[in-house]
Amino acid sequence: MSTAPVSAATNVEKPDAPRTRRSGLGRLLIAVYAVLALAATGRSFYQVATKFDEAPLAYSLSALAAVVYIFATIALIVPGRTWFVIARLTIGFELAGVLIVGLLSVIAPSLFGHPSVWSYFGAGYLFIPLVMPILGLLWLARNPDEGR
Amino acid sequence: MIEWFTAAQIVVAVVGGIVAIVMGAMGRKPSDLTMGFTGVVALLLIVQLAVSIASPLTGNLPTGNLFEFYIYLISAILVPIAAGFWALLERSRWSTIILGVGMLSVAVMLYRMSQIWFVQGA
Repeated sequence: MSTAPVSAATNVEKPDAPRTRRSGLGRLLIAVYAVLALAATGRSFYQVATKFDEAPLAYSLSALAAVVYIFATIALIVPGRTWFVIARLTIGFELAGVLIVGLLSVIAPSLFGHPSVWSYFGAGYLFIPLVMPILGLLWLARNPDEGR
Repeated sequence: MIEWFTAAQIVVAVVGGIVAIVMGAMGRKPSDLTMGFTGVVALLLIVQLAVSIASPLTGNLPTGNLFEFYIYLISAILVPIAAGFWALLERSRWSTIILGVGMLSVAVMLYRMSQIWFVQGA
């Protein structure tokens, strides 16, 4: 039986759990990363399965990005120091990837212009692949590992 | 894929997405309204799956790659189901927001699917 004061709006949540990288906004981060991982994996699978020879470098990177997104999603969920470090590494790798591939797709479109998660700084995905790792790293910095 | 049906689906997903994000931002836990929208979005996607399977049989063919289309469709179907389960397991404002994000993601995926079906060359 809760000892908190009864609220008139019983549908409103009263959070009181200890703050980890999985609480509150972290949940939204996990959800968006999961959708991003799903989208990147689906698109990469299609590219590698049907037209790999068109742009093997770009599509290989696309496949690597998808794997990294999957690991980032898992790392945001699983508690502990090791997965916290993996979260920082994978999300940091993604930020580097979207910035580097984004720049390369502008400078050398024949090599990197083919549509992928990181092409043109993630323009094909509403720049979500650019914004998410920035938010992710900020969030991780504010919620360091639970310490064990 | 049928144009008016797809358009209606996108509208429902966008409205549901916005409603859920606003309700979540206001601190509301998942309710019949937000879960209802999610369920309708999921149901319409199942109908879309049936429509897409039947379409070539009635001469309605995609202009783009069918394989790519189905990758998007299967991915899209998974999203509201996963979001719905999340909202059932954890009743918080964040799961309401996640329902909204899921529905908006479905809207984007449907838009991409409509491009593949109606506009894009294979």
